[in-house]
Amino acid sequence: MADAGRHPKITLHTMSEVAQVSGYVGNFKARIIKKTRYVVENECTACGDCATVCPVVFPDEFNVGLSSRKAIYIPFPQAVPSSYAININECMGRGCSKCIDACEKKCISFHMSDEELVENIGSIIVATGLMPYDPRAMDEYGYTRFDNVLTSLELERMVNAGGPTQGKLIRPTDRNEPKTIGFIQCVGSRSARQGSEYCSNICCMNTIKSSLILKEHTPDIQIKVFYIDIRAFGKGFEDLYNRSRKLGVQYLKGLPGSIEELPDKSLRVATENFATGTVQYHDLDLLVLALGVKPAPGTQKLQEMLGLQLTPDGFFLEAHPKLLPVDAATRGIFYAGCAEGPKDIKESVTQGSAAAARAIRLMHKGRITSEAITSEIITEKCRSCGKCAQVCPYNAITVDVKAKTPAIVNTAACAGCGTCAAECAFDAIIMNHFTDDQIQQQVNSVLSDQAESKLLVFACNWCSYAGADFAGVSRLQYPANIRIIRTMCSGRVDSKFIWRAFENGAPIVLVSGCHIGDCHYIDANHWTVKRVEKIRKKMTKLGIDPERLQLEWISAAEATRFAQIMNKMELLRQKVTGKEISDTIQIIKNQPKKLT
Amino acid sequence: MDIQKINETVSDLGSDVRIGVYICRCGMNIAKIVDCQQVALEAKNLKGVLIAKEITYACSEPGQAEIKNDINDLKLDRIVIASCSPRLHEPTFRQMLQKAGLNPYLLEMANLREQCSWVHLDHPKAATAKAIDLVKMAVARAELLSPLIETTTSLIKRTLVIGGGIAGIQTALDLADNDYEVVLVEKQPSIGGIMAQLDKTFPTMDCSI
Repeated sequence: MADAGRHPKITLHTMSEVAQVSGYVGNFKARIIKKTRYVVENECTACGDCATVCPVVFPDEFNVGLSSRKAIYIPFPQAVPSSYAININECMGRGCSKCIDACEKKCISFHMSDEELVENIGSIIVATGLMPYDPRAMDEYGYTRFDNVLTSLELERMVNAGGPTQGKLIRPTDRNEPKTIGFIQCVGSRSARQGSEYCSNICCMNTIKSSLILKEHTPDIQIKVFYIDIRAFGKGFEDLYNRSRKLGVQYLKGLPGSIEELPDKSLRVATENFATGTVQYHDLDLLVLALGVKPAPGTQKLQEMLGLQLTPDGFFLEAHPKLLPVDAATRGIFYAGCAEGPKDIKESVTQGSAAAARAIRLMHKGRITSEAITSEIITEKCRSCGKCAQVCPYNAITVDVKAKTPAIVNTAACAGCGTCAAECAFDAIIMNHFTDDQIQQQVNSVLSDQAESKLLVFACNWCSYAGADFAGVSRLQYPANIRIIRTMCSGRVDSKFIWRAFENGAPIVLVSGCHIGDCHYIDANHWTVKRVEKIRKKMTKLGIDPERLQLEWISAAEATRFAQIMNKMELLRQKVTGKEISDTIQIIKNQPKKLT
Repeated sequence: MDIQKINETVSDLGSDVRIGVYICRCGMNIAKIVDCQQVALEAKNLKGVLIAKEITYACSEPGQAEIKNDINDLKLDRIVIASCSPRLHEPTFRQMLQKAGLNPYLLEMANLREQCSWVHLDHPKAATAKAIDLVKMAVARAELLSPLIETTTSLIKRTLVIGGGIAGIQTALDLADNDYEVVLVEKQPSIGGIMAQLDKTFPTMDCSI
């Protein structure tokens, strides 16, 4: 912490939030709102004279409300920067000014105001951390009703020498030292009913650690841990678990069914003994809830600001769970720590270093090469409708719809999915290397003879085409009349390719891509779905069997699924009669307006 | 190859294309099922194709040398390689084109191994017919390929780290120790995050601050 505070290369903005980010990889611009401390940060010596005279008392957040602080305060003694700050919402204001009078250095002033800073940066690391689960939502454990129920974080502060009790563990109701203490695991984790379904990763080890500290403080303290599973999978973790058990900590499988408060404010915990099937009661002086981990507040706001993705759990989604674990799908943005998912300190540090290395890898040359396969606007054809900007998963296209100026592609931000080109109703976008003409030429070529015997498949490079490759590597056999056209994304498959395919006598057309949620281009395949549905509706209207257009999601790992789907396509093809095909050709040819 | 050189090759392109087609036998991986000779013969008759031939291993050094020689001798301006998946060797062959002075995006591949010979082991005839189709499609596409240029832009060697918990601090320090400027933004009055609130940390059981 102190190292980061004094490093000449690190500019530290505390009490600050990023309000807006614009630009693209290599050239971002961040607007930061820095709230004022009303204390000159680098002049404050943290002597504390101001806080001594301050008449306003509030709960201390750092000690999770177990102690109090003044309206002018330092969060904790080792804070970086080592400076007091005034919470202006709590301060009595100019009528008081006791702190100003007490400050020898004269570094307190009410005349300071919030600052707006603009920082130009090349890369961004999202390390917004976590929020502990709020146990008030799960009140069967009595956190709001019983004073002797604490959270794991409250216990953490209490056993700390710098904490509200100077490290002495006490029962809040009578300030006596507890002789028996229970821990309830998975509070807010691993439940489909309440809190989160995922495992919060750290709570088992945190409880084991706490049990060791408690045993160290008071060797004869009785500790019971109520758990679902103990997950001690990390290096050295099992060893700690065993040590804890050897010290007499009891690990009891099963979460409590009910908690009641006894007249002496102790807690009676009811659990089911799985071995005997009977209910057991445990009377405990103190009960600790091992809180799970939730995404940090503000995660969603940042996600929207930076155009990132979240997992269903609400944490940031990495570009690839195994191979790009700290990269965001948007180039130039990386994740570190719990922002990406619950993790312990070692993992957070590892990921922090990894994110730094990834950022350095991006920046060390001082220039970036942008993707050659990007889209391009034909300005004469552009009608400034704004559709391309709407569908671009990377916000790489800007259109001033009001001013009617042609769209502009930021090639540094474009990843080359081609969805814009497929969605443009005016053919005003060229998707380089996957142009309309190039793909159309492939379609025409494959259907130029014996079209009725062939199955035309559009496969996205990252999932379905890779799945087809995997089927090959696995020597899975499927009909030999499959003809695959590769596009980078299924979002590139233009309606007109499909209409032309049917016009050229294709019996079946399959569009395939990554599963929804796994799209290599964030969510471009959502547009694939919409487009295919639209065409199928139109087909029905025209009297063409919509089943002849198929949409399937096949991942890179689904070789078997690929082969199965190809077999299914062949069965579908066999049902399409020659007459149907020729009728379709006529229907499409006879349309007054060419189908696109 | 620098951008200037790529630009030169761009301006050299005439209106009539000169395509070279190489049917890789991949040892016997492709050739055992697909009649590569027949595929090459069919390819020779396609529009724009100047030369079409079988090659034992297109990706090998001798294979690449042969193609590069043809590019130089016959002034080929587009290359179709019918071999394994482009997901495997597209980068290899793009590099080869660059070395031969061609824009790397003037390459097209037909997937005769993962998506043909290996998945139609019992149907050599159908596999050969498919291979011919795949090569036809590749040649048709190759005719319309345009050279592309990867543009480079300048970059700001400065990183914004959002969040001053242990992960943010570690990232900031690693970057700063490597001489990169870091802007570390923290919502609270002090950095440290949740870790600073912890008494001791596992597995080492030491102080967290």
